[in-house]
Amino acid sequence: MRDAEFFRRWMAAATAAVDREAARLTELDSPIGDADHGANLQRGFTAVLAALEADPPDHPGGVLQLAGRTLISTVGGASGPLYGTLLRRAGKELGEAAEVGDDELRRALYAGVGAVAQLGGAAPGDKTMLDALVPGVAALSTSYRAARDAAEHGALATVPLRARKGRAGYLGERSIGHEDPGAASSALLLAALADVAEAAAAEDAAGGAA
Amino acid sequence: MTGPLVGIVLVSHSARVAESVAELAQGLAAGGPPVPLATAGGTLDGGLGTSAELIVAAARAVDRGAGVALLADLGSSVLTVKALLAEEGELPAGALLIDAPFVEGAVSALVTASAGADLAAVAASAAEAYAYRKV
Repeated sequence: MRDAEFFRRWMAAATAAVDREAARLTELDSPIGDADHGANLQRGFTAVLAALEADPPDHPGGVLQLAGRTLISTVGGASGPLYGTLLRRAGKELGEAAEVGDDELRRALYAGVGAVAQLGGAAPGDKTMLDALVPGVAALSTSYRAARDAAEHGALATVPLRARKGRAGYLGERSIGHEDPGAASSALLLAALADVAEAAAAEDAAGGAA
Repeated sequence: MTGPLVGIVLVSHSARVAESVAELAQGLAAGGPPVPLATAGGTLDGGLGTSAELIVAAARAVDRGAGVALLADLGSSVLTVKALLAEEGELPAGALLIDAPFVEGAVSALVTASAGADLAAVAASAAEAYAYRKV
């Protein structure tokens, strides 16, 4: 079972990944976007960690809802409402339970991805964050590692796609040949989840051996 | 005897765009009673982008109880309003994202609201701007 601390660690790992990769995200956003994706997500996730520290929710759903609300209000670009909706909707699905199972987490993220698709009006293949999130969340039924790999693969697979949504959509054919920055950051989010799940499994194994 | 007027919020990536469109719409709607109108342009630090905080503040400032019509320009402006509408307690009850072109919709919404129309009529009037072909 996963408690609020697991979800806080996930957000912390996502923040660290965004910090580490901010320059790459902004670089990806330069040819087809407005070169602010890295900085926007850094600002948003830094605010998420601060909010979680200031008023720590005691249940997983509360952590994700607070994270989502914070992203909506601090990012300043389209990734704010999109990631905010993903986490907030997933948090609502988890409800008030003090601990949630992996199946509940998977179903909650699935609902979150659906809410993102509805908000942005995008579908897989449109060269958006959904191209990493949809295969990534689907692979959660196999394992966290499979989810991370599927999301990373999905992000790289956006390179030959033509963008149909957002600012990159205006570029038409010229968007081909670039990895979508939103798909790249979505892969980071799922990789962070896999990292904390693997760390928790390693802790359990060490605890069991002791 | 008329009731309160519908409030209008203009949400743009740019503070100057939002303020200029507000000025234009107010100029063209002049003559009617002043409509509660506020802008939410750019980010809190004055850059280009969208601020959820500015949107919420603007919507609360123009809410007279007859509903608030929000017009948004592009991308994150639209998505942020939609995300705020999906969250209870952020925007006033009766807040509505208007499906209309930004400049034409703002003029149309302001003129209609100034005539005392309700929120549905303001929304319909702004949306009609899509039907006006320029070529």
